[in-house]
Amino acid sequence: MSAYFIAHFLLIFLVFNMLVMSAAFMVWMERKVCAYIQDRVGPNRVGVEGLLQPFADVLKLLMKEELRPKAADAFLFTIAPIVSAAAAFTAFSVIPFGSETTLFGLLDRPLPLEVTDVNVAVLVIFAITSMGVYGIVLAGWSSNSKYSLLGGLRSSAQMISYELSYGLALAAVIVLGGSLSLRELVLNQTGYWFHVIPRWYIFLQPLGFLIYLTAGVAETNRAPFDFPEAEQELVAGYHTEYSSMSFAMFFLAEYINMVTVSAVATSLYLGGWLGPILPSWLGWLWFLLKVLLLLFFYVWMRWTLPRYRYDQLMEFGWKWLLPAAVVNLIATAALVLWIG
Amino acid sequence: MLDAIAFYTLAALILAFAIAVITARNPVHSVVFLVINFLAVAIVYIVLGAEFLAMIQVLVYAGGIVVLYLFVVMLVNLKRGPEAHQDPRRQTGAGVGLAVAVLAELTAILAYTGRNPLPAVVPAASARGPGGNTEQLGWLLYTTYLIPFEVASMLLLVAMIGAIVLARKVD
Amino acid sequence: MMPLGFTRLDFYYLLPELIVTAGAVALLGGDVLLARGRHRLLTWVGLAFLGAAAVALAFISGREGTVAQGMYSVDGFAVFFKLLFLVAAALTILMSHRYLDVEGARPGEYYFLVLCATLGMMVMAAGVDLVTLFIGLETMAVSFYILVGYIKPSRRSNEASIKYFLLGTFSLGLLLYGMSLLYGLTGSTELRTIATTLAGGRGGPLLALAVMLLVAGMGFKIAAVPFHAWAPDVYEGAPTPITAFISVGSKAASFAMLLRIFFEGLPAFRMDGLGTIFGQPLGWTYFFYVLSIVSMTLGNLAALTQNNLKRMLAYSSIAHAGYLLIGIVAATPRGVMAALVYLMVYTFMQLGAFAIVVLMRRQDVIGDELKDLSGLSVRQPAAAVAMLIFMLSLGGIPPTAGFMGKFSLFAAAIESGYVGLAIIGVLNSAISLYYYVRVVVYMWVRREEAAAPPVVMSRALALVLIVAVAGTLVLGVYPRALFDLAQASASTLGRADQALGLLR
Repeated sequence: MSAYFIAHFLLIFLVFNMLVMSAAFMVWMERKVCAYIQDRVGPNRVGVEGLLQPFADVLKLLMKEELRPKAADAFLFTIAPIVSAAAAFTAFSVIPFGSETTLFGLLDRPLPLEVTDVNVAVLVIFAITSMGVYGIVLAGWSSNSKYSLLGGLRSSAQMISYELSYGLALAAVIVLGGSLSLRELVLNQTGYWFHVIPRWYIFLQPLGFLIYLTAGVAETNRAPFDFPEAEQELVAGYHTEYSSMSFAMFFLAEYINMVTVSAVATSLYLGGWLGPILPSWLGWLWFLLKVLLLLFFYVWMRWTLPRYRYDQLMEFGWKWLLPAAVVNLIATAALVLWIG
Repeated sequence: MLDAIAFYTLAALILAFAIAVITARNPVHSVVFLVINFLAVAIVYIVLGAEFLAMIQVLVYAGGIVVLYLFVVMLVNLKRGPEAHQDPRRQTGAGVGLAVAVLAELTAILAYTGRNPLPAVVPAASARGPGGNTEQLGWLLYTTYLIPFEVASMLLLVAMIGAIVLARKVD
Repeated sequence: MMPLGFTRLDFYYLLPELIVTAGAVALLGGDVLLARGRHRLLTWVGLAFLGAAAVALAFISGREGTVAQGMYSVDGFAVFFKLLFLVAAALTILMSHRYLDVEGARPGEYYFLVLCATLGMMVMAAGVDLVTLFIGLETMAVSFYILVGYIKPSRRSNEASIKYFLLGTFSLGLLLYGMSLLYGLTGSTELRTIATTLAGGRGGPLLALAVMLLVAGMGFKIAAVPFHAWAPDVYEGAPTPITAFISVGSKAASFAMLLRIFFEGLPAFRMDGLGTIFGQPLGWTYFFYVLSIVSMTLGNLAALTQNNLKRMLAYSSIAHAGYLLIGIVAATPRGVMAALVYLMVYTFMQLGAFAIVVLMRRQDVIGDELKDLSGLSVRQPAAAVAMLIFMLSLGGIPPTAGFMGKFSLFAAAIESGYVGLAIIGVLNSAISLYYYVRVVVYMWVRREEAAAPPVVMSRALALVLIVAVAGTLVLGVYPRALFDLAQASASTLGRADQALGLLR
């Protein structure tokens, strides 16, 4: 049991809990931002500015009864939320959120600030996200309810459709960076152009960033693309029949997915933990800030834009976003080949 | 040693889930077992050190294609068994007989090969490119295997156009 | 910029394939861009590209070697087959010109798929690597699955498509299994390396299993008994020009691939090395020997009772697969040459016979029953005469090319000591005459439908018939040129060892 091992273990523990906490925090932020956008105050009873509100919510959920429709497929109904949550947690495990640290000389070798460094990290995230679809589809089917089924079908169709644009946008960055490892991709963005503009890929891939962000919203089933839930049409979509902790797991998965999408965007387009002023061992603060900004953007969008229509969503995905992503990829590849 | 344990465990899992796929009564369960099967295959790739292939296996097969299977299975009502099941003995008798025959044959061959081990096979052409697994694969695809790779792109175009042709409404 | 390890020369030798690919894409674009009424133009676009590919083929003929890092060969064998495919594809497109109008099907994707199938066939004939061969086969097969079901309102077409798809996929699985065993035994997918690796040692039962799987997989594709079950239904249900293309192109391409795999990849195991059977050494010719006999016999016997022309031709095509296998059983350059000759001859007579079926398809007549042909000698004498020539040729009657083809096959068999096989072949030819002549009887003797309106022939179809008749007769009367070409082509099989492009 070396110090390194313990530190790594603690790091994993920390990441896991931060993810759970981030979901709670997101709920609070969502309600607060929504309230201000709608000219209200929002939760302000539990804790300062309602900061403890999410914990009250969780407590409430925990104490509720676990319900299962009689005609539901017991096995699949039980594992669906687990699949969702597990996929959400796993996807974050390959994202680096800071440079290496020895904890002021405590460790014999530097510990990279991420759960695990994989040389095909981008693909891992992509693959695991695609596994998350199963949680939703199976939840929709196994509930044996028409709202759930429709929600599940919609969500899988949506996620498969937008996964392509999402992947192609990422591919352009991979072509630029020449690596599939997120750590290497982030490190490739070190430095400045003309001493002012950071060498972030967002400046080389503005279109790619927009495509990624749009597809990311669709991937996470957020407004204005929140059809799987579309409460006016489908009650609550795929998790209509879920209650208590199983519902909480879907809830958790949704918010963690948002965090993951933002974190990937930060790493690939916004230079990850790189930033001015702060010393490198505090780089994770930059990372947090950037992720937070993106998350705020998500929330802002949700409470500003109305929902699309489903056929519009599909048309937009296949006829505009995908071709744009293909053109972006080809142009990037051609430029890289040309300039060298 | 560790590799062997990992391999045989995974192989057993793959076989078990493959059997589950074809024996599950509920088609949705079949599809779920198929996903697990594919994931186990992906782990075999990882054990072999082909992490790129593993991720592509998860992404394309487990994540992409099987979701579409699930789609079809969920939309098509498969509660009622197909009519061929009316007389189950008629088909299964011959089927089981043939399967047993093939199994016996394969076992005999394996037993024979086990007794007379083949000369060690030359490992697959060592990749010539630089870098890790992913780079090597890309390198091979765009040099040695360029022709099959490009023809495969036509194959996929054919499949795509074909799907549209078959799905389009008759005008 | 060239891909690493490639030169411009590599692409020069790939020009025919590139032109066909470009043609396919151009047809797809044309389908979108052309105004609604002008889609008939696509026929000529497709033909133009096939013609251009043939010209490019002429430039590279006579070379011998491999390109694209040894994955692809440019030899007389490949050129011979590519020529055959281009001719068959061109005739198919010509046949389809009016047929698609009658069926009300869109020509754009149809011609695209025909060209893609042609591309797949060309890859199958030229590939010298299991990966290349398999991709080529798959490209051809997928194109055909869709083409067979192209007439969507027709339930027969739908049924044929799904049957072809299911059985075809299954057979591809067997083939792939065989290939993977070969790879496992040798550690290479290159046929040449496989041959040299296996030449030293003996493969043992695993190799025998691989060979069996390969034989089964290819047997499906060439429609040899007992892997023939799909053929009659698919032939009957598919759009007739596609039936023609499958029976000619797919069969020839599969034979090319079979010859490549067995003559280039496993030459050491012709007569023995796969174990023993009944005390005799077992080689792969043994499998083809059995396949050949049952295909000929069962194909011909089943054809006797058919009343549907397309089904009859399907069984006849199964029987022809049996005849063609004789050349492979002989396993000599002479045998390969005979198979090549027969495939070329077969192209003309079989396409011609199907062209007549296409001719009979009119607005509300499907026209593929034997009785639909009644009185054709009165209603369209030229077509009846052409059909007579095709039937005689398929039956192997002297002045036609079919006779020369069969003659060379049987001669090759006798030369290699398979006298029994030759005798069975001759007996079968005699049986087959019964049903070929039956067609003629319907056209001339049965006159009940003579009063029916005359059959109108389009110019495109007339062209097909002229080419087919000319091919059948000229090659029958003056077979020298074909024999020389086939001889030269067959002799290059398995010899293309030096790289033409960059040395690998």
